[in-house]
Amino acid sequence: MQALRWIVLLPLIGAAINLTLGSRIQRSVGRAGVAVLGSGMALASFAIAVTGFLKLRALEPESRLLLDNVLPWLHVGSLNVSLAFQLDPLSAVMVLVVTGIGSLIHIYSFGYMDEDPALWRFFGLLNLFLFAMLTLVLGDNILVMFVGWEGVGLCSWALIGFWYKDHANTAAANKAFLFNRIGDFAFLCGTMLLFWSLAGLGHATLVFRELDTVVGLLEGQALWGVPVATLATLLLFIGATGKSAQIPLYVWLPDAMAGPTPVSALIHAATMVTAGVYMVSRLHCLFSLAPFTLNVIAVVGTTTAIFAATIAVTQHDIKKVLAYSTVSQLGYMFVALGCGAYAAGVFHLVTHAFFKACLFLGAGSVIHASHHEQDMRRMGGLRTKMPLTFWTFLVSTMAIAGLPPLAGFFSKDEILLKAYQHDPLLWGVGLVTAGLTAFYMFRQVFLVFFGESRAGASLDPHASAHAADHHGHHVHEVHESSAAMTLPLVLLACGALTAGWLGIPSALGGNNLFTEWLSPVFASGGEHHGVEHEGLELEYALMVVSVLVALAGITLAYLVYLRKSLNADTFSRIARGVPYRLSFNKYYVDEFYYGTVLAGTLALSRALGWFDKVIIDGVVNGAAASVRAVSILGGGIDKVVVDGLVNFTARAFNGVGGALRLAQTGNINAYVYVLLIGVTAVLLAGAW
Amino acid sequence: MEHFLTLMTFLPLLGALVVLVLPRGNANLVRWTALVSTLPGLLLGVWLFQHFDRSVATMQLVERHAWIPAFNVQYLMGVDGLSVSMLLLTVLLSPLCILASWGIEKGVKGYFALFLLLETGMIGVFSALDFFLFFIFWELMLLPMYFLIGIWGGPRREYAAIKFFLYTLIGSVLMLIAMLALYFANTPHTFDMMVLMEKAPTYSHGFQAWAWIALFIGFAIKIPAFPFHTWLPDAHVEAPTAISVILAGVLLKMGTYGILRVCFPVFPLATQEYAFWALGVLGCWNIVYGALCAMAQKDMKSLVAYSSISHMGYVMLGMATLTPEGMNGAVLQMFNHGTVTAMLFLLVGVIYDRAHHRNIDGFGGLASVMPIYTGFVTIAFFAALGLPGFSAFISEVLVLLGTWQYSKPLAIIAASAVVLTAGYMLWMLQRVWLGPVNEKYAGLPDMNWREIVTLVPLTVIVIVLGVYPHAVLDLFGPTLVALGDTVSSAVPAAAQAVLR
Repeated sequence: MQALRWIVLLPLIGAAINLTLGSRIQRSVGRAGVAVLGSGMALASFAIAVTGFLKLRALEPESRLLLDNVLPWLHVGSLNVSLAFQLDPLSAVMVLVVTGIGSLIHIYSFGYMDEDPALWRFFGLLNLFLFAMLTLVLGDNILVMFVGWEGVGLCSWALIGFWYKDHANTAAANKAFLFNRIGDFAFLCGTMLLFWSLAGLGHATLVFRELDTVVGLLEGQALWGVPVATLATLLLFIGATGKSAQIPLYVWLPDAMAGPTPVSALIHAATMVTAGVYMVSRLHCLFSLAPFTLNVIAVVGTTTAIFAATIAVTQHDIKKVLAYSTVSQLGYMFVALGCGAYAAGVFHLVTHAFFKACLFLGAGSVIHASHHEQDMRRMGGLRTKMPLTFWTFLVSTMAIAGLPPLAGFFSKDEILLKAYQHDPLLWGVGLVTAGLTAFYMFRQVFLVFFGESRAGASLDPHASAHAADHHGHHVHEVHESSAAMTLPLVLLACGALTAGWLGIPSALGGNNLFTEWLSPVFASGGEHHGVEHEGLELEYALMVVSVLVALAGITLAYLVYLRKSLNADTFSRIARGVPYRLSFNKYYVDEFYYGTVLAGTLALSRALGWFDKVIIDGVVNGAAASVRAVSILGGGIDKVVVDGLVNFTARAFNGVGGALRLAQTGNINAYVYVLLIGVTAVLLAGAW
Repeated sequence: MEHFLTLMTFLPLLGALVVLVLPRGNANLVRWTALVSTLPGLLLGVWLFQHFDRSVATMQLVERHAWIPAFNVQYLMGVDGLSVSMLLLTVLLSPLCILASWGIEKGVKGYFALFLLLETGMIGVFSALDFFLFFIFWELMLLPMYFLIGIWGGPRREYAAIKFFLYTLIGSVLMLIAMLALYFANTPHTFDMMVLMEKAPTYSHGFQAWAWIALFIGFAIKIPAFPFHTWLPDAHVEAPTAISVILAGVLLKMGTYGILRVCFPVFPLATQEYAFWALGVLGCWNIVYGALCAMAQKDMKSLVAYSSISHMGYVMLGMATLTPEGMNGAVLQMFNHGTVTAMLFLLVGVIYDRAHHRNIDGFGGLASVMPIYTGFVTIAFFAALGLPGFSAFISEVLVLLGTWQYSKPLAIIAASAVVLTAGYMLWMLQRVWLGPVNEKYAGLPDMNWREIVTLVPLTVIVIVLGVYPHAVLDLFGPTLVALGDTVSSAVPAAAQAVLR
């Protein structure tokens, strides 16, 4: 199907136009010009994606695959890859999410960025991001996927540092790119290992659908005593931890909040950070061969989920809470993948895309209305002033907290169920995380939307009332955002409400359309279908427990932040305690990385720079000096004959300044020329 | 087309002579004449690109004349896939460099005449097939380069020029010795490279060993390979912009070109023996060492110079593998490094022309002042750090793929440089172009048309080759397969006897 390429190319064209001619369009046509171009390309891409999806649905489940071979790309030695795109049930889901939510965020951006002079650059980069992300999910082989994989890294870098005049933003951008690159390095090694191991078995390929059929041959293959499948998947998974912000490479994501909020919603919540989840699902046949890696993934996912949730609990920045929440939710997805429940992981990816995008955009609406205030301690009482923002935010919060019948309930419960079947410990940690999630998300809702307005409040408890007054006159009247912003909010909230219904389990009388849709993809990966009959009661029990835990979290948040009945003593004592400080300072992981990896690399680089300049060049200069000394000793003839020659040459060529200076150094010249001529003469004479 | 290569080689020289007789006062006339003199070469290059037979590995457009019959020296020119790609790079960069030299005010005639002479030398090196002729062209390049750095360079130009000169000359001496030894090793004595290759099986092991090493050091200085590399940062820092472009874009390639042209086919056994340490391990060391040193630099040009050392390491590493992936990657990397580094030096030149310094910490926030410039810088930097979609990604991936098959530890070490490269590139980008505007440079004008014209062709090539690398890969594919086979199929004379 030739149209597939246009899903990818339209945003690229939009990006190319806006990034080259955008500033002119913005000046002559107006701000709407660049916005319409950017959003139009995103919507057009979405429309093609929908037709592709419908075409796919019309096919028999087993033959659901559309291909578009654009160009032979690299054919060297055993390597033979094309620039080709494929639409199958899995990539169709991803494409719909990326273009659908992407389009909404494009529209939202027109409202959010209404004061930014470089709107053209913003839309150009958003389009470029869509292009890269769509390349990532539509690519029919690992190398094309890698183009998108690194391409989204570039766009992420450019958009985190969009307001590049602030040093903190560009530092965050570089951090994001470098941590991703560490992951990419592992990804690259994993790809090479996979490729050559298969090539050794006579199947040199990087094309996904071919890999699905041949990776089984890797069983029994080993490198350095480790099964190839395990080693390759571990390396690929390190790549995923970079892109999808898992331990140990997650640290860039919270900093990435420096970017404009639509960017955080699109790239750092809904789409790019799910690339790792998609990649593992795409290669599930390979990962299923490596039970060890799957266990690692499950453990890393669980650990990340609870670790990030404990940090989110204490953050003051409205976006930082959401960022750690994203890290935590991505952890859930990896738990699912680690349990071999790929469809459940992708399902949570989809529902999360809706409610987290909505949460970020809602936060953006608040930030925009309160003139770039991001500290929740200076918010409050916005419920009545921004009703649409409030209601959509509340729906999404309930969804992420896992309250039925919202989206998060179905997807999270499916993961918890699989986790329980895999290992009850995973389930236990996941359950605690769910409670924490409900707590910190409702903490956010109560702090931002309920209570009295604390706009302009002083954050220093010791500051005088005078200081608060001083801030007072900065406070502006807050009101609801424009339609360009609220419309996407409402649509996303509808998604957060209903997206889960695609995957209602049979236990609740549904037929889990979502898993069924993906079943042709995951059929070969050892996915467990349905639940054993004796498991029905278990399933009900787990659901009830998780809803109760969520309610407990919400109640606690209510008591602490709204009723304040628990506040006074207990919490302030905890607040000064070690656990609080650890959480508030993010367990000092950043400091650890700066102190070890970064400082170490910089020290090594300075040491080598010194070594190069002083030692190696010193030897060179020393040698030159001694040669020069020798030449001066016997330089009588040289001086007369060759200096004259050099002077002559120099004058002949230009007659400008350098001539005299050249003469001063003529000695060495001459010496070497004499050497040259001498060697030639000796050799010639000897041979004669 | 009988004299195609002769025309291509000597037309710039003709231009140099014309430039010399032009009236002294009219600098613009000199500049335009120089520019026009490089255009026929470019057109011939386009013709070559279209008509070069990509299906064979043999020499094409061969010209053979007796030159010094007494010593059996011939005027022997010809091209295969390897040389064509380098010729294209040369004729492409030359006009761009003339444009980038527009601002030269001192000794205009001398400058452009020397530049054109240099172009003749470069084209000659890439098309000569007689070792003696090759050596003559090699030395011919050296002189103009020496003067171009020594006269039109920065404050420490004499030091840099002498250093460049001495290093290269030492390399030349070693090359000369090996060349003469080869000459006398054959009867009848000959400098004909194709004959030298055919006779490869007859050279004794000891002879192959020392001659290979002598030639290798000669070429390694040019690459430049550690520890013979310290002339490069000095030369770059002092050289005028266009000369840096030529130096990094073309001259460095002569080192790796020479190894592929001479060491590999003439001494296949020694190549088998030494490739791992001399090219593989050393190349890998170049990659990492160059990247780490680049990170420590405070001068933009010096940073780009060390990045060149790092990127040329990929070429050495790819060659060492003798695999189709590695060798194709290596030669493609030679081409890609030529274009990408040319962009980097041109871009550094843009800011140097305006601010008259290149101190990385002395700027800040140029993105707000010069948006078009910053756009080009961003493209060039991401191309240089090997982002997929740009040409350098293809060559680096090919090299790494080839290396993985050859030696996994080397591949892993080399691949780790993707992080370091991104580190120093983005760090420089952040310090110079991003951040708050440095008030001192708030009034700098953005790029002018001439500067844009020099960068657009390179930008297009860098992107097109990322999407369709076979435009260049196809040129040298068969040549490199044949070359790889020659080296890997060579067996020691003793073993040959057994086989018989």
